[in-house]
Amino acid sequence: MGNINDIFDTSRKTLQDVEQRLELPRREFLQFCATLAVTMGLPRGAEAAVAKAIEAAQRPSVIWLHFQECTGCSESLLRAEHPTLEKLILDVISLDYHETLMAAAGHQAEAARKSAMKANKGKYVLVVEGAIPTKENGIYCKIGGQTAIDMVKECAADAAAVIAIGSCASWGGMPSTISPLADSSPTGSAGVADILGKPVVTIPGCPPNPYNFLATVVHFLTFGKLPEVDQLGRPKFAYSRLIHENCERRAHFDAGRFAMEFGDPGHRQGYCLYKLGCKGPETYANCSTIGFGDAGENNWPVGCGHPCIGCSEKGIGFTKPIHQVAKMLNVTPPLQYPRIFEEQGKGASIASAAAVAAVAGAAAGAAIMLTRNLGLSHAAEEAERARDAAGKAGAGGKPAVDKAEV
Amino acid sequence: MANNHHAAPAPLGGRLVNIITLSCGLLIALMLAILMVRFLFGLGAVTNINDGYPWGIWVVVDVVIGSAFACGGFAVAMLVYIFNRGEYHPLVRPALLASLFGYTLAGAGVMFDLGRWWNVWNMFWPGSINPNSVMFEVAVCITLYIIVMWIEFSPTFLEQMGRHDTRKKLNKAMFFFIALGTVLPMMHQSSLGTLLVVMGSQVHPLWQTPVLPLLYLLSAITMGYAVVLFESCLASSAERRRIEMHMLTPLAKVMLGFLAAFIAVRLGDLVVRGALPLAFAPSVQALMFWLEMACFIVPLILIGAETNRRNPARLFLAGVLLMLAGALMRVNGFLIGYETGGDFNYFPSLAEVLVTAGMFSVEVLAYIIITRRFPVLPREDVQAAYQRS
Repeated sequence: MGNINDIFDTSRKTLQDVEQRLELPRREFLQFCATLAVTMGLPRGAEAAVAKAIEAAQRPSVIWLHFQECTGCSESLLRAEHPTLEKLILDVISLDYHETLMAAAGHQAEAARKSAMKANKGKYVLVVEGAIPTKENGIYCKIGGQTAIDMVKECAADAAAVIAIGSCASWGGMPSTISPLADSSPTGSAGVADILGKPVVTIPGCPPNPYNFLATVVHFLTFGKLPEVDQLGRPKFAYSRLIHENCERRAHFDAGRFAMEFGDPGHRQGYCLYKLGCKGPETYANCSTIGFGDAGENNWPVGCGHPCIGCSEKGIGFTKPIHQVAKMLNVTPPLQYPRIFEEQGKGASIASAAAVAAVAGAAAGAAIMLTRNLGLSHAAEEAERARDAAGKAGAGGKPAVDKAEV
Repeated sequence: MANNHHAAPAPLGGRLVNIITLSCGLLIALMLAILMVRFLFGLGAVTNINDGYPWGIWVVVDVVIGSAFACGGFAVAMLVYIFNRGEYHPLVRPALLASLFGYTLAGAGVMFDLGRWWNVWNMFWPGSINPNSVMFEVAVCITLYIIVMWIEFSPTFLEQMGRHDTRKKLNKAMFFFIALGTVLPMMHQSSLGTLLVVMGSQVHPLWQTPVLPLLYLLSAITMGYAVVLFESCLASSAERRRIEMHMLTPLAKVMLGFLAAFIAVRLGDLVVRGALPLAFAPSVQALMFWLEMACFIVPLILIGAETNRRNPARLFLAGVLLMLAGALMRVNGFLIGYETGGDFNYFPSLAEVLVTAGMFSVEVLAYIIITRRFPVLPREDVQAAYQRS
C-alpha cells in the first residue's frame, strides 16, 4: 500500500485529535479506515482519504427516521465492534435524531429534528429505517401526530442524500408481505423510493451488514457523493454479486453434495443448503464475503447452517417460503445426485439366507433323487438286456422294455 | 437340413394342471407381486443392491447365468448345422425351446434391474448409442438373438396352427437366421466375460484375466451341452419317455472336448499370470475357486470312460455339475470375487431370491405347456421303432 508515512502523516495533529475524540488508538483507527475502503472496493491509497475525512471535525448531521420496523438495523449497527461502532456512529457523524438512541423524548425530540434540519439545510444525510404504511393515508404509523409519509417527505426535501437502510425501507420488507388471501399487505407498506417517487440509495437486508451502511456513509463523507448504485439503488460494491457466487459452501454445490434435512450427515459436514431452500442463488448481497457482527467468518446464516432466506431481495425474502428451492439464475443442478451416504449393504438376513438354502437344498435333493432313479433304471435295463441276451441265445426273446421306470 | 430318418416332433399331450405347474404358478404370482412393488417404489424397496454391488442376482443369475444356461439351443444348432452332424437333429427343438425362454427371460430380467428402465430405448436409438461400450454390444446382441431365436422356433407354432405355406416360405430364409443364431451368442457370451475385464482390479485375480471372453464362451458352450443332457434326462424322466441315449452319449463326448479345452485355458491362464498361489490362500475366494474347479473337473472323471457315458445317471450328474460349475464361475467373478472397496457387502434379499425363483418357474412352466401342446419332442412310438431297427 505504499509508504505508510506518505499515506498517513502519523504525526499530524488531526490524527492525534481523532485519537482523543474517538478514544481509539491510532492503529485501530487506521485499520478501521482501511476496512471500510476495502469493503467499498476503493483503489489503494483511498484509506488515507477515508482517514482524513473521518478526522475532520466537520461531522455531517444525520437524521435517522424509524417507521414500520424492528430496529434490527440499528441494533446490528450497534453490534459492529471493529472498532466500537457506537462510538463512531456518534462521533464520526452527528446523529441529531434517532428515536432509539437519543436521550430526548416527546416534543423535545421533534424540536431537535426540526432545528437540525434548519441548521444543516441541504447538507444533512437522511437515513430511513422501516417501511412506510400507505393505506388510509398512512394512519398506521404516526410520530408526534405526523404520518410517516409526511415525515419522510418533509425530511427528504432538504436532505443532501437519502439512504434507506434495511429491506423494509428499501422495498417494503417484511411489513409489505401480502397474504395469499389478500390483495395487499395489511397496511399497504412501501419503501422510501416509492413514497418519494425518486430513487434513493438502498441498503437492503434484514438486517443489512452494518459495514455496507457505514461504508456508504463514509464514501459520502470522503468523496462528497454516494457510491455507484445499481437500478434498485443498491451500492454496487456490496450488491453486485449473488451470495451463491462467493459462498463458502459453493464447492459442495458444484460437487452435488447437499444437506437434505437439518441434522443429516450432509448438514453436519457443512454441505450446500440449496436443497433446504437456500436463496443464495437468487439473492444479491455480499453476506458470503464479509461476515456479520465481527465475530469472525462463517458468522452468517449459511455459515451457521441455515439456508439464506433472501432477506435483502424483493420478491424472495418474506415472499417465497423459506424452504422452497431457489430458482437458479445460472446453472441448475440436476435432480439426481448421489445420496450423501450410500447404504453399504445389509448382508444376509435370516429369511433370505433361508430362501437361498431352501432353493439350493431343493435343487440338490431333486438332483440326487433323479440321479438315483436314473441309476436304478439303468441298472435294471442292463440286467434285463443281459437276461435278454442270455434268453436270445436260448429262444429268440422279446425286445427290451422301453420305458425308463422312474 | 433335417435328417429324414428322424421321427417328426409331436405334442406330448397330457394335463397342464399338476403339482409342478401349480408350484410354478405360485412362485410366478409371488414374483409378479414383488415386481409390482419394485416398479412402484424402485429397486431400493426390494433389493439389497448398493453402490458397491450395483449388480445383484437379477443380473448375475437371471441374465448372465440364465443366458449361459440358455446356450443349449446355440450349442446343438452349431453341432447340427455348422458341423453337419444331422444325427443330433431331434435335440434341436427342445434345446432351442429352453434357450428361447432362457434368453427371453434374461432380456426381461435386465428390465427389472434397470433403475431407469424407461430410458432403455436409448440403447437402440442411433443418436444415443455408444458403440464403444461392452454393455452396448451385449444388449444389442442379446436383443437380436432373442428375435432370431423366435424366428428359428416359429416353425413349431406354424405347424401347430396349420400355416404350412408360411412355414415353407420361412424355410427358404432359415439358413440365414440359423447362421445369425450361431454367431450372435458367440459374440455376446464372450462379451459377458468382457464385462468383467473392464472392471479391472475390482475383480479378484483368480477371475480377472484378459482371456475371460474365451473362458466365458467355452464355458457357455459346455454349459449348453450340459443343459441338453440335464433337460433330456429330466424331460424323459418326468414325462416317462425313453432317454435318447443314442444321441446323448456321443453329445457328452463333444461336451467333454469343450470342457477339456476350457480347463486347459483356465489353468494355463492362472499359471501364466502367476495367480495360482492365490488359490491356496485361506480365503473365501480360494474356497469358492476350488468348489468351482471341482465342479468342472469331476465330470471328466464321472463320464470320461465310454461305458460311463452310457449311464444316464452319470450323464445327468455330469450335466448338473457342469451347469453348477459355470454358474459358480459367474457368481464368483461377478459377486464373490468382486470388491469395490469400502465396507460394501451384498447378499440377495428374500424378494430378489423369490423373483429369480419366479423367473426360473416361468421357464419350467412354459416348457411343460409348450412341449405338451406343441410339436417339440420327437414322437415316442416312431422313435422307439427307429431305435430298435
